[in-house]
Amino acid sequence: MLKEIIQPENLAYKKTELMTDTVLSYCPGCGHGTIHRLMMDVIEELDAWEDTIGVAPVGCSVLAYEFMNVDMQQAAHGRAPAVATGIKRCWPDKLVFTYQGDGDLAAIGTAETIHAINRGENIVIVFVNNGIYGMTGGQMAPTTLPNMKSSTSPYGRDVDMMGAPLKITELISQLPGAYYVTRQAVHTPAHVRKTKKAIKKAFQNQIDKKGGVSFVEVVSNCNSGWKMTPVQSNEWMVDNMFPFYPLGDIKVDGELVTK
Amino acid sequence: MGELKLMKGNEAVAEAAIRVGTDAYFGYPITPQSEIIEYLMAEKPHERTGMVVLQAESEVAAINMVYGAAGAGKKVMTSSSSPGISLKQEGISYMAGAELPCVLVNVVRGGPGLGTIQPSQADYFQSVKGGGHGDYKMIVLAPASVQEMYDFVETSYDLAFQYRTPVLILTDGVIGQMMEKVEVSEQKPRWTDEEIAKNTPWATFGKKKDRERNIITSLDLDSARMEQHNHHLMRKYEEIKEKEVRFEKINCEDADYLLVAYGSSARISQKAIDLCAEKGIKVGLLRPITLFPFPEKEINEMADKVKGILSVEMNAGQMVEDILLAVKGKVPVEHFGRMGGIIHSPQEVVEALEQKIIGG
Amino acid sequence: MTEEIIIAGFGGQGVLSMGKILAYSGIMQDQEVSWMPSYGPEMRGGTANVTVIISDERVSSPVLTEFDTAVILNQQSMDKFESTIKPGGYLLYDPNGISRHPERKDIKVFKIEGAKIAADLGNTKIFNMVVLGAYLKMRPIVKLENVILGLKKSLPERYHKLIPLNESAIKSGMESIEEVA
Repeated sequence: MLKEIIQPENLAYKKTELMTDTVLSYCPGCGHGTIHRLMMDVIEELDAWEDTIGVAPVGCSVLAYEFMNVDMQQAAHGRAPAVATGIKRCWPDKLVFTYQGDGDLAAIGTAETIHAINRGENIVIVFVNNGIYGMTGGQMAPTTLPNMKSSTSPYGRDVDMMGAPLKITELISQLPGAYYVTRQAVHTPAHVRKTKKAIKKAFQNQIDKKGGVSFVEVVSNCNSGWKMTPVQSNEWMVDNMFPFYPLGDIKVDGELVTK
Repeated sequence: MGELKLMKGNEAVAEAAIRVGTDAYFGYPITPQSEIIEYLMAEKPHERTGMVVLQAESEVAAINMVYGAAGAGKKVMTSSSSPGISLKQEGISYMAGAELPCVLVNVVRGGPGLGTIQPSQADYFQSVKGGGHGDYKMIVLAPASVQEMYDFVETSYDLAFQYRTPVLILTDGVIGQMMEKVEVSEQKPRWTDEEIAKNTPWATFGKKKDRERNIITSLDLDSARMEQHNHHLMRKYEEIKEKEVRFEKINCEDADYLLVAYGSSARISQKAIDLCAEKGIKVGLLRPITLFPFPEKEINEMADKVKGILSVEMNAGQMVEDILLAVKGKVPVEHFGRMGGIIHSPQEVVEALEQKIIGG
Repeated sequence: MTEEIIIAGFGGQGVLSMGKILAYSGIMQDQEVSWMPSYGPEMRGGTANVTVIISDERVSSPVLTEFDTAVILNQQSMDKFESTIKPGGYLLYDPNGISRHPERKDIKVFKIEGAKIAADLGNTKIFNMVVLGAYLKMRPIVKLENVILGLKKSLPERYHKLIPLNESAIKSGMESIEEVA
């Protein structure tokens, strides 16, 4: 019965070869897998497979190179923008991207993030913001919302004690070296399509040597860390994360978007 | 014979970097080695060879830029001085783990902490025992002249790529700041893309259709595989210990006593053995050129011929531990050295030898 | 032949460049040389000194505590280095700004009115070349022609037009040196 159905003429969708067959290590319901696939789809569509080098961070996506079938380097925690700088300066015609979480990009790697962007490195940074340290077991991140519980803020983030969540994306958008800055999400098919467009624009900017970083933040969920079901976590994200981290373009073609 | 120039040790490293075809230098200024990046910036190597020179926002960023470029098959180097090298240890450990070739230069100053900007050899342990976290070594070369500062850049690249390991040129403010005569070599071209593909087939410069993707990583969450990787690294270090020991012996033929010293201390000790000869004391000098691998066999052999050994180092006694391990108790071994950025004089070395070894 | 020299004075007097030209002159006549400066914040406006060694053999220690010759250009350096000259060695100093003159009897002492001569020649920047000339008269270890070649090597091309001025400063130094004791 199955064999009759699995026929070339019935093929409705084919996974890109730029994703390996390794089973994703991410929790069911997590946004990482979707974002990985969007990036690999875009690189395939841009016919850039042979010219792409990715940099994986420390965090849940530390093993991104197990799933992305492109040449990749694994960076020390927070250092991906520096590693990408080293690659891109030596191979200016290749496509270089980093894939980083909020702890990696906005806490330990803040200096590397800001300075790589300030130098206008012609790279793509994909920033997955789920407001928590997922890999190490749900500790507070720089982007954890006020009063949000985590294993190191078990009574909720006390802003007086721990400071306010860091809006790193708005912050870096002020730098002249940031060419394209946008914030997206992947919790609905419509948002997935918009995120893919944003990622494609980011890589196209790099191919066109637009002179600056293209920075795509994806606000995502962490149902395990947030201790919710996947559906609940997406609802919670819409209700709580999006008001603080509003979706949409922040800077396009080097110009800040005025609302 | 190549062109003769009068250069500082730091400048010689920088000029050598350009002439041997380095692809990129990433650094951050710190005394007493800032002349390296200053010289490189002034020389416009991008125009001379296409070499990239970039001042990073920190030593941490600089070493990670080195990681990225080395992982992408390029000949890349960085330099710093002690506090900056401490900051780079994270990246050096990752590079040792990921087996990335690169050339590092440490123009050592006195510590601990911010310490002093004056010369020191107090980073010996950090250099030869690993330095960062995890079981690893790197090849450590100790130049004793400005000419060696120049020559060891190419030697370091050769070793780094042969063994896929970081190689450290361990020097200090004396050698970095002093000027000597240097014979410079002809300009070599940087590797072409084809040469990179041939020389570093493991590197990440874009996955070709006919090969698996290349991955640069020091991570393996499977402990059995990680242990295998550790064994692989240890075998590599054993091979290095077998094949790459370098040293120089001066006046060792009929010596009654032996000085062991590297880098600037070896130069001072050389003067000390001349002063000893004037006094009728026969003293030889064994100068380790590689600190890892350490010339333990040669020192052990010398222990059969002399009555005592003095380790002369500008620190509180670090290399002396490796000498003790090599000598295996055959003869007395003592340490002499000034600290805090004070350079011992040849006379002080002679006095220490007389008091600690000859009189002792 | 090995000549171990300390040149010491204020930062800005051209102590380091005088040493550099001397070292380059040694290279020009196929000798081994080393040039080891004091470095760091002490150089900024404070005292500066450089150890220069010129030898027929490979130079051993670039760092010394005893010298064949000391060239001393301020009082702090006189206090610090007069005692480090080997018996039978040489001391050259500029009496300008010196309140305590050399006291050693077991060395040869010479003086040069470097600051005054440079001022008379209308260019205080050539002070160190006047002193170099005096040194070369006292210790003729390198030939003048090799000093000129050394100058050419150590000066950037755009300053080569100043070489005749430097040469005349060296010559006035040679003519004006006086033996004190």
